[in-house]
Amino acid sequence: MLFNRKDLLGLEFLDKKEIQIILDSVKPFKSLFMRSVKKAPTLVGKTVVTLFYEPSTRTRTSFEIAAKRLSADVVNLAVNASSVVKGESLIDTGKTLAAMNADYIIIRHSMTGAPDILARNLDASVINAGDGFHEHPTQGLLDLYTIFEKKKKFENLKVLLVGDILHSRVAKSNIWALTKMGADVAVAGPPTLIPQGIEKLGVKVFYNLDEALKTADVVNILRIQLERQKENLFPSVHEYVELYQLTKDRLAKAKSNVLVMHPGPMNRGIEISSEVADSVNAVINEQVTNGIAVRMAILFLLKPKANKNAYSD
Amino acid sequence: MRIQIDDIRIIDPAFNKDKKGSLFVEGGKIVSSLSKKADRIIDGKGKIAVPGLIDIHSHLREPGMEGKETIYTGTRAAAKGGITSVFCMPNTNPVIDNAPTVEFILLKAQKEGLVNVFPIGCATKGSLGEELSEIGVLKKAGIVAVSDDGNPISNSQIMRRTLEYTKMFNIPVISHCEDKELSRNGVMNEGLNSTILGLRPIPAQAEAVMVSRDILLAELTGGSVHFAHISTALSVNLIRQAKKSGLKISAETCPHYFSLTDDIVKAYDTNTKMNPPLRSKKDVKAVKDGLCDGTIDCIATDHAPHAQEEKSREFDNAPFGIIGFETCLSLILSELVYTKVLTLSQAVAKMTANPAKIFNLKNRGNLQAGSIADITIIDLDYSYKFSKESIVSKSKNSPFIDRDFKGGACMTIVGGKIVWERKN
Amino acid sequence: MQEIILESADFNDAITRMSRQIFDDNKNIKNLAVIGIHGKGVVLAKRIIDKIVKLAKDDLLKIPFGTLDITLYRDDIYKRGADIPLIKETAIPFEINEKNIILVDDVLYTGRTVRAALDVLMDFGRPRSIKLAVLVDRGHRELPIEANFTGIKYPTKQLVKVDYDKNIVVKI
Repeated sequence: MLFNRKDLLGLEFLDKKEIQIILDSVKPFKSLFMRSVKKAPTLVGKTVVTLFYEPSTRTRTSFEIAAKRLSADVVNLAVNASSVVKGESLIDTGKTLAAMNADYIIIRHSMTGAPDILARNLDASVINAGDGFHEHPTQGLLDLYTIFEKKKKFENLKVLLVGDILHSRVAKSNIWALTKMGADVAVAGPPTLIPQGIEKLGVKVFYNLDEALKTADVVNILRIQLERQKENLFPSVHEYVELYQLTKDRLAKAKSNVLVMHPGPMNRGIEISSEVADSVNAVINEQVTNGIAVRMAILFLLKPKANKNAYSD
Repeated sequence: MRIQIDDIRIIDPAFNKDKKGSLFVEGGKIVSSLSKKADRIIDGKGKIAVPGLIDIHSHLREPGMEGKETIYTGTRAAAKGGITSVFCMPNTNPVIDNAPTVEFILLKAQKEGLVNVFPIGCATKGSLGEELSEIGVLKKAGIVAVSDDGNPISNSQIMRRTLEYTKMFNIPVISHCEDKELSRNGVMNEGLNSTILGLRPIPAQAEAVMVSRDILLAELTGGSVHFAHISTALSVNLIRQAKKSGLKISAETCPHYFSLTDDIVKAYDTNTKMNPPLRSKKDVKAVKDGLCDGTIDCIATDHAPHAQEEKSREFDNAPFGIIGFETCLSLILSELVYTKVLTLSQAVAKMTANPAKIFNLKNRGNLQAGSIADITIIDLDYSYKFSKESIVSKSKNSPFIDRDFKGGACMTIVGGKIVWERKN
Repeated sequence: MQEIILESADFNDAITRMSRQIFDDNKNIKNLAVIGIHGKGVVLAKRIIDKIVKLAKDDLLKIPFGTLDITLYRDDIYKRGADIPLIKETAIPFEINEKNIILVDDVLYTGRTVRAALDVLMDFGRPRSIKLAVLVDRGHRELPIEANFTGIKYPTKQLVKVDYDKNIVVKI
């Protein structure tokens, strides 16, 4: 089984086989959670640094638990993005971490390409935990794993992404991976939140949610950032709710076994109604559990460049 | 100094001349024969003499941003690129909206510069787009055009006044043509690539909207507008149409807009970040077509030096712009001349006869006897790799580093003096 | 170049003998559990269970059986190349506390696999005892680990493969 990667920067760059290898590797990690001791010594003595330029308690915690369950030492660095603009460049921060012998760097950054800059400059494995509006590959993979766990296939599965596609790195990663695995991907949202040329990625575009829902096997609801309203991308929350909230009534018209997903954190009552979020169709909590197992698999599969300072054994 | 260049192909587009012969320089001028024996006789066999190249769009960064470039380093880089005259944009610190700053630049250029420097003045005070600057005073001090370059005048009324007011000085208003609202926060061309990368987009329309506004205002006022760094098919078409109705309109593009597309942004190299951004294949084709049919009159570098630490930031945080003096001529040759988009004479005209005419540079841009002896000698057989180490400019922000080129300048003569010649 | 070191006639005898020893060693058969190490230890463990059930002469006897993958517990995971081992399932569907566990692998060599397997088991609970059964003992131990039940002893540094289709053991 070949998997030769130092970094995970985006799902655009993985082929179908690699994605399959990752998905196939998740189950043993998930089964660790059933034991009384939920950890394995795989990464004993290794250092994992989470470097978050944007606040995200969920993703950071998920990575932290994943790393700790593999017995790595975890260091969390929260960086105020504005201080970066003023002074220390990302490369310098990266070099500092390298000098501290970090083996894995998990980075969240508001700017596209930031993980790429680190990956190119460091021996450590770099995992993109979300960059700008670009990609969020581990979220994409955990979404795929959750879908596969429930639906047992990707081929011709109809997956619908709803909401702010324009600013969503989750959507981007889902689109790349799902289309590679053979799923039919569609997006639904107001035209102002659908980026140019998205159809060229093999995606069907809907403006009408009800119509899009009819055939969906999976519906992944994206979080709507309320500040987008200020940019005139939609007129009001009220209207957004009217047009795009996944409600019980809308769900009732979809397939009865439709899977409802959300990358979290949810705005209950805005993009998703509480009834739907708590319904039997929702697998939102499973996504969280799977997220840890998927991130463990990623940490296991990636291979940092051998540290030149380390003793050879 | 008397210079005699023998057995050289002389291309002088202003007079439709392309023939072999000798060229004589004496007293800083081109002459038909020398009064005494030449101080230096140059064998021009296999080489081409063209009027000294004029780059009508650059940023020399002095005063105020000497960490990026100075008049000293910038003019040396220009000389190496075969450029004998550079126009410098007014976004210095302080900006060029007052006579003393113009005089400072001209003095500095005279003392330390290797090539001619022509300042461009601010169209509005402080480049704030609110009040007209003292264009008459600036003209007297030595500016050749006005522009607010990167802070384009957004208020149409003020643009109208600028175009009207400059009519009496017979200088063009250079329009940076960008609708700052449409391009807000954008860092790259809008299209599939910006969607994939998730980088904030700048639509082609951000440029074209302003081009069409300024065409309409040129029509209203009879003023003279020069469009800077045209990058889109939309703009090329608008300008082509407008020129047919006889307006005083001219346009330039830059080498990167006919040699690169936004595909290369995918490597996150901040040296592919410029404003306007690199566009699509279709736009590159349109720019070439515009050059070919004369819609685009000039080629300029938009030489925009930025320090290494500024360009090594994340893509969003890095400043716009690339250096261009040292690669301009080689790019024109490889992307336009060898590919037969333009003849060598047509290509040379875009940096000689045409800018001299549009900006009323007397006795420049041609090789007639009596003209100022600004001469660029081109060697089409010279192959080289454009290495980072070879860059003369103080900043090294070029997307063309490590590119192999064939053909470039081998000697640069400014005002009858050899200011640069290739060593090997 | 392959050389047979255990012919098929002797192969079956070796497993039978080991099973007999394990059966004799576990008077309280209700407390016995067998766990096979992935990959080939699992096959051997199943055969041993079948034989013990026959020896016990009790068709209703169900000996708890589990499988165990040591990949995540290996001490050389960092030496791997691009070739990633597929992690197999660690399935121990019974309470291991107070059980007498027979850990089964087909070949014992450096002892590192068994060390890792012991660590896995410890993370599942606290068995009363763990004993080790192997078909081939290649010698050349790097850790202080010995088998309690051994098919054959064949000290060699060459790779040894158990072929369960032909019921032979070969040296490569």
